[in-house]
Amino acid sequence: MRRAVLIAVPYLWLLALFLVPFAIVFKVSLSDTALAIPPYTPTLKDGFGALISGLDFENFVFLTQDDLYWKAYVSSLQIAFFSTIVTLLVGYPMAYAMARAPEEWRPTLMMLVILPFWTSFLIRVYAWVGILSTEGFLNQFLLWTGIIDTPLTILNTNWAVYIGIVYTYLPFMILPIYAALERLDESLIEAAEDLGCSRMQAFWLVTIPLSRNGIVAGCFLVFIPALGEFVIPSLLGGSGTLMIGKVLFEEFFANRDWPVASAVAVILLLILIIPIILFQRNEQRQQEAEQ
Amino acid sequence: MNRLSPFNVVSLTFGFAFLYLPMLILVIFSFNSSKLVTVWAGFSTRWYGTLFQNEAFLDAAWVTLKVAVMSSTFATVLGTMAAYVLVRGGRFMGRTLFSGMIYAPLVMPEVITGLSLLLLFIGIGMDRGVMTIVLAHTTFSMCYVSVVVSSRLATFDRSLEEAALDLGASQFDAFRLVTLPIIAPAVISGWLLAFTLSLDDLVIASFATGPSATTLPMKIWSSVRLGVSPEINALSSILIGIVSVGVITASLMSKRHAVRVRREEQAAQRAT
Repeated sequence: MRRAVLIAVPYLWLLALFLVPFAIVFKVSLSDTALAIPPYTPTLKDGFGALISGLDFENFVFLTQDDLYWKAYVSSLQIAFFSTIVTLLVGYPMAYAMARAPEEWRPTLMMLVILPFWTSFLIRVYAWVGILSTEGFLNQFLLWTGIIDTPLTILNTNWAVYIGIVYTYLPFMILPIYAALERLDESLIEAAEDLGCSRMQAFWLVTIPLSRNGIVAGCFLVFIPALGEFVIPSLLGGSGTLMIGKVLFEEFFANRDWPVASAVAVILLLILIIPIILFQRNEQRQQEAEQ
Repeated sequence: MNRLSPFNVVSLTFGFAFLYLPMLILVIFSFNSSKLVTVWAGFSTRWYGTLFQNEAFLDAAWVTLKVAVMSSTFATVLGTMAAYVLVRGGRFMGRTLFSGMIYAPLVMPEVITGLSLLLLFIGIGMDRGVMTIVLAHTTFSMCYVSVVVSSRLATFDRSLEEAALDLGASQFDAFRLVTLPIIAPAVISGWLLAFTLSLDDLVIASFATGPSATTLPMKIWSSVRLGVSPEINALSSILIGIVSVGVITASLMSKRHAVRVRREEQAAQRAT
């Protein structure tokens, strides 16, 4: 009895506030735009039969006709993909060095990675506005050193978006990789070296495969939220930066076209379902391995 | 593994410089007396002064604090329950769906979560304001709490609980007297995580709120969109300061705790 209550409370909460809202998004994506509040025509009111016959995919058809949406999806995928790679290239060496650091340093290094993670996301993105602008600190520095003689335009371009994503999601990449590397048994690498591997070979053949779960978790933790990112492209990107999170937000708040916004959300969700399921599998496998 | 190669040192130095320089520059320039945010004109605390006279910011800060305290408390209760069900609940109908609903919000783009909750609130005719933000924040942060707590529950020695049950404790007493004290650090860090997530959230709050409630991130957002402002630098520095003090204190406390545990273990070993 008590167990039933214990299960039911969080279960019902998530059903009501997580799953049902998605059903509503799905429904709204299939209804007509109306100039009322709420600005869509409900399709469920007239019963289920009418619902099925009344469903129309015109919002989805609309999405395929306007290449803005198509381009936004492709460019989000591209930005999320490349920034995940760069984050991995920056994060792996850091996690590796942390795992090799003397034991008494590790809690401090760990704290240094976690601190930005607790600091406001918005503020950390905002900090880059002052650095990357034309008269910002980066340009001042580069002009002073004489590397460049005209200021670079970085803010309001996709470059700034890449920098912003790598910067804000770096802790998400470092932490799972560090967790995997820290558990790694040193004697396995020694064994590989004794058996004739060079250090480089031992790294590729032993260290990398054994930290695979951490790499996978880190990449998903960067890629998935980066794909739907809104704050970074809006603040650091320019008018040419197309990302689907930004398009959705504008469709909803600026154009007030709720059915189209919902259709955009449904497609984004469909794109994300595969990586989310893969991520969840990876997490479960890891948890089972720990138990 | 206690040998750092030069490459390791370089990657740590550059990595941490990359993580910290932007915040450091922000804090230093919050003390700039000039309104031109990228030109240093001398030390001054005037922007902190004007910040504390800005009613709109103070109101938003108060709303944000209320929302964060309420949502993180609800999220901790619900998240701990969910973690207990996941780790100890055994098999029940719809377990896969349940664990899916716990993990999915962690990676769900905020725009989708926000949009779907707004459509729900409108669908059931709920007035949007502080309460709807609290509901929205509770929902996504309970998942973070449950992940933190369940990782602690998974590594926890179950025989302690069984011993309490054998000695006649009721299930609830065993949880209250044995399990809860042991998982308390995870529950507390879950609460803190939920609290900071709520404090920080812009997108979901923008969807979930109505005209009556504006949170601090929403306020920051609307002024940041116009460019860098020294007042926002000051506000950001205060927030960075609070977080730094909190994180450093927490890590010092956990270090001291670890030392104490080790000393007690050694004392116990000597005694036997």
